[in-house]
Amino acid sequence: MLKYVIKRVLMVLPVMIGVSIIVFSLMRVFSPDPAPIVLGQHANEESMQAWREANGLNDPVVTQYFAYISGALKGDLGTSYYTKSAVTDEIFARFPATIELAVAAIVFASIIGIGLGVMAAVKKNSIFDAAGSLFALVGVSIPIFWLGILFIMFFSGFLHWFPSGGRIDVLLKPAEVTGFYMIDALIAGDGEAFSNALNHLILPALALGMYSMAIITRMTRSSMLETLGQDYIRTARAKGITETKVIAKHALRPSLIPVTTVIGLQFGSLLGGALLTESVFSWPGIGKFTVDCILKSDFPVVQGIVLLVAVIFVTINLVADLAYAYLDPRIKYSSKKER
Amino acid sequence: MSEWNQSSLDEVPTMGSESQKADETFAMGIALPDGEIPVPDYDETLHEKPENQWLEMWRSLRANRAALVSLIFIVFLVLVAILGPYLTPYNPIETDMSSALQTPSAQHWFGTDQLGMDIFSRVIAGTRVSLTVGLLAVSIALTTGIILGAIAGYAGGWVDTVIMRVMDMMLAIPSILLAITLMAALGKGIDKAVIAIGLVSIPEYARIVRGNILSIKENDYIAAAHVVGLSDARIIFRHVLPNALSVIIVRATLGISSAILDTAALGFLGLGVQPPQPEWGDMLGRARGFIFQAPHTLLYPGMAITATVLAFNLLGDGLRDALDPRARIK
Repeated sequence: MLKYVIKRVLMVLPVMIGVSIIVFSLMRVFSPDPAPIVLGQHANEESMQAWREANGLNDPVVTQYFAYISGALKGDLGTSYYTKSAVTDEIFARFPATIELAVAAIVFASIIGIGLGVMAAVKKNSIFDAAGSLFALVGVSIPIFWLGILFIMFFSGFLHWFPSGGRIDVLLKPAEVTGFYMIDALIAGDGEAFSNALNHLILPALALGMYSMAIITRMTRSSMLETLGQDYIRTARAKGITETKVIAKHALRPSLIPVTTVIGLQFGSLLGGALLTESVFSWPGIGKFTVDCILKSDFPVVQGIVLLVAVIFVTINLVADLAYAYLDPRIKYSSKKER
Repeated sequence: MSEWNQSSLDEVPTMGSESQKADETFAMGIALPDGEIPVPDYDETLHEKPENQWLEMWRSLRANRAALVSLIFIVFLVLVAILGPYLTPYNPIETDMSSALQTPSAQHWFGTDQLGMDIFSRVIAGTRVSLTVGLLAVSIALTTGIILGAIAGYAGGWVDTVIMRVMDMMLAIPSILLAITLMAALGKGIDKAVIAIGLVSIPEYARIVRGNILSIKENDYIAAAHVVGLSDARIIFRHVLPNALSVIIVRATLGISSAILDTAALGFLGLGVQPPQPEWGDMLGRARGFIFQAPHTLLYPGMAITATVLAFNLLGDGLRDALDPRARIK
């Protein structure tokens, strides 16, 4: 186990170096020259040249890369071409919004997904099962940005239950402590701000979580069915334990092991989905910001975001893999080729 | 949609364990329309290799009503894509500001958009774009993925390590983020979207092919082929890959659906097809400001995406079940 952990952790390093090279070369080598875009079409060649010089874009690419990496290791990801402020500041000003959204999405997805999955497995071939399967199928097929649009149409436009975008009403914004508005509202003891923030959060979180919810439903159902077919479940039933107890005490726990891993992996992919959801709901997080920065060639910011997301993604995968190894010691890693 | 669910309720025996149900390929096809992950413990002897795996696959697929309906729907979509220009009542890129944002009517079945373009015509015309991009992107991913995966799996050693580590690096970035980063480098446009979407899904195929090749490689007939003195390339393409083909086809079918979703997402963000060319995601992105004023502009393109993606997902699931009841998602 320890050997596996060390090996798995060491594998992260080359991956991260590779990611930084990929992103760097995409942004600095293959992308069109940002100078005319940043300075405007009417900038003359001299000012563009001066700008390139000031931003280090005239140095050899390898020099640029090493300058970037040595900066990154010290926590300096460069400065935005537009705002001139540090990329790290730009990112961390928006990051809590995205994390708040993603956490809410994965919480919704897990609770509803596991619930539906268990119900579908226990009542196999019932109407619950059919509904669960249909839900899981539509959930992976519907584009999340369209789902968001439908939610806004129905829940905001028609029912007026939830606001159609934003994180909180401006006047209610709590004093910033953590950047997570719901937590900040609690710290400030402001119940109105808390419920307002929650109201803003529900629709985008549900839209973002739908895909994961579908995957979790499927996974829970099949995992639960597999467990319910095991001999020890038959034994438990034969002993006369009530069905509820069999499911809750004997079947649920082992069934949730693979589900846990899936939830972990889904959390990573939510960060990608946030790009779209945030655009739909005008959520002032990192996703919408990324798209904006890409459109205006603010490469240092894009690089920083992609690197950060990759670090999170890789860390989550690592934790999920290790958790899986810990929870299910039967896994033989030497023979495990694909998952 | 409710039809196949109903059928699964009626026809599947409710008694007995999962493994018993999986015994009959016939029952299996119906029992698993939702593409569940089938339960692994079943009697191997009942699934001896059929004489013709394609025939067997087709039989089993035919018994899966959902997959069959999806297949018919996909054929229909392909026809719409091919015959598109003959089916559109209006020119899909002709603007008419005097009739902008009209609700659905006899003249404009799906209404008109913010520029007065006929939404029905645009949805029809968008079919061609979505299917083409989906197919092309998957072809790029498939070809590159098969070659890389085959080399990695067959060669092993450091070649394998290098290739698969590069794949890991690509997988470390969420695919949609990688795709839009690529788009930033390549520039906007549908041809670039095809490349971006194709590139980001290479690792999936490379992994699957590599995994399959690793297991096929152990077979005696491959050793025999070596002994006879066949070249490596010949062994890979004639003896190893055909055995992994069915798995690849299933993955590719599901891959088309995600490629179509990604295309729509790029279009929605304004990075894909450039106007006035009709593309479903782009239509949604541009009509977004009219969400309360003219909701119909946002309804039909979204339905088209969902229905198409759903069909490819159902077909892919059906193929997977038809192919191997033990096959797992991803």
